[in-house]
Amino acid sequence: MPETVFSRPEALRDVTTHYCPGCTHGTIHRLIAEVIDELGVRERTVGVAPVGCSVLAYNYFETDFHEASHGRAPAVATGIKRARPDLVVFSYQGDGDLASIGMAEIIHCANRGEKVTVVFVNNAIYGMTGGQMAPTTMPGQVATTCPLGRDVDHAGHPIRIAELLSTLRTPAFVARASVHTPLLAVNAKEMLRRAFSLQIEGRCFSLVEVLSTCPTNWGIPPAEATRWLEKTMLPYYPLGVFKTPESGSREPRPLDRGVR
Amino acid sequence: MAKKLMKGSEAIGEAAVQAGCHLFFGYPITPQNEIPEYMSMRLPQVGGTFVQAESEVAASNMLYGAAGSGERVMTSSSSPGVSLMAEAISYLAGAELPVVIVNIMRAGPGLGGILPSQGDYFQATKGMAHGDFRLLVLAPWSVQEAADLVQDAFDLADYYRNPVLVLGDGLIGQMMEPVEFREGRLPIKPLEAKTWAATGNDGSKPRSVINSLFLDPEALERHNVHLKEKYDRMVRDEVRFQSYGLDRDYDVLIVAYGTVARVCSTAIDELAASGVHVGMVRPVTLFPFPYQAVREAAARASSVLVVELSTGQMIEDVRLALANSKPIHFLNRMGGMLVSPDAVVDKIRAMADGRSTEVVHA
Repeated sequence: MPETVFSRPEALRDVTTHYCPGCTHGTIHRLIAEVIDELGVRERTVGVAPVGCSVLAYNYFETDFHEASHGRAPAVATGIKRARPDLVVFSYQGDGDLASIGMAEIIHCANRGEKVTVVFVNNAIYGMTGGQMAPTTMPGQVATTCPLGRDVDHAGHPIRIAELLSTLRTPAFVARASVHTPLLAVNAKEMLRRAFSLQIEGRCFSLVEVLSTCPTNWGIPPAEATRWLEKTMLPYYPLGVFKTPESGSREPRPLDRGVR
Repeated sequence: MAKKLMKGSEAIGEAAVQAGCHLFFGYPITPQNEIPEYMSMRLPQVGGTFVQAESEVAASNMLYGAAGSGERVMTSSSSPGVSLMAEAISYLAGAELPVVIVNIMRAGPGLGGILPSQGDYFQATKGMAHGDFRLLVLAPWSVQEAADLVQDAFDLADYYRNPVLVLGDGLIGQMMEPVEFREGRLPIKPLEAKTWAATGNDGSKPRSVINSLFLDPEALERHNVHLKEKYDRMVRDEVRFQSYGLDRDYDVLIVAYGTVARVCSTAIDELAASGVHVGMVRPVTLFPFPYQAVREAAARASSVLVVELSTGQMIEDVRLALANSKPIHFLNRMGGMLVSPDAVVDKIRAMADGRSTEVVHA
């Protein structure tokens, strides 16, 4: 008897996505779908996808879904989870959405400890609207609204969301992953599994930031985009777990010896 | 249930609980803080949930998530806060989610003041936010009516799958009056199970997607047509108004809503005692507006007086109703100042002896 060793996850619909060649949204969707399947929660999972490249995610996941306005997915997820605590609720947000217009919603959702999971896809640019500068755009990176490259004297430095949210006492799990190599994708899946599992166990807020490529708006071919992510983004956005349920508040460290 | 002396804000909160609303998301703003405060105390008693959101923007999007999950949910705010909710209200209307929103109006524009106003009439009835949508708008004139309308609002929201706005002012929220909650109250509309709600795709129903995005223009137009048909049904079936003093002959017809109409009723009673009879039509629904009732009542009068706590926003609807068939006079206060019964009496007398001038229309 032939044995099926690889197939489309049940939580992923059998449709063609609108994502560009070389974009890793498709990989991230698949990892989430695999985790949902493996945890056996597809039938009680509800996703939230706000404005951005992922706004059509409701067409790709075989779960119930809410489309949300720009930046507000954590508030919508709060409403769903408070109304129906038995549901497994996740939002899927880009960096323009979460780190710019939706900054208030993500911080307060995390700080209230809402029992939801946020997948934060950081590709250092606004994708859907055509390549404008995001709060996560790298210094010197060219975007349509910073044609000479991001000038940190004018626009500040990129925001590191995983680091920022891990300063909060409440969240259960904050991590950063990437999916640009198979090994890292496996790690990303484990982080997503941890994030969803904690929610299912009734622990509070979990977030996995996932670095992603955007060859179309970076203006470079897919293979080169992977190298650019590795060379430019990885040193500034280190991968790893920033907060676990066990880690408490961060104690301030004393000034180094010799500093007056 | 016996009558109980309650503050308007608390009666509004209790009415929501009685209507089966166990979820409230809100953000502090004067003069309606007693509503979220009451809900934060009351909802845990019935197994419900109160969340103080980080902003009105977030609160209104929490409403979206909770309503999309099929639960009855309410928020309340006051004018500047409702402006912040406007974006989400457009999404709620687009995604056809039933929610109840209470606006206890304060004076504006901008930060304005914290005292009563009716300056949000246009916002409520004409142009809350971007896109092409309508809200059912209910305007109470007493604490009892506020409680009744809040309960009706939940039924209407569920029936039409549309946001319903209860539009009060600082007076309604702050004054205390006896109020009674009817036991065994039945829904005012036939309500069906919310099979459209996104509660998990377990195969028992088609997959649910709560959404207002239609990239295909033909599909969006079909959606717009569907919404228009719904708004037309509201116009046909949901007009509510109260007639006051129309059983006698009258020379002047007053059109006023909310607490201002209450003030006018006092003036009408005082004038009647001196032999001057004045009629009034009080719109209870501001959308749909009772055009026909105003037109028919005005046909028996020689002139019409609109009384509002604004620059004269409802005048436009009265004018539409009258189609320039009667002269319209206007009495108002703004900025949180109130119209007194004496001012209404003086205005009626001024209209009788020619000292009042007609409203000049643009």
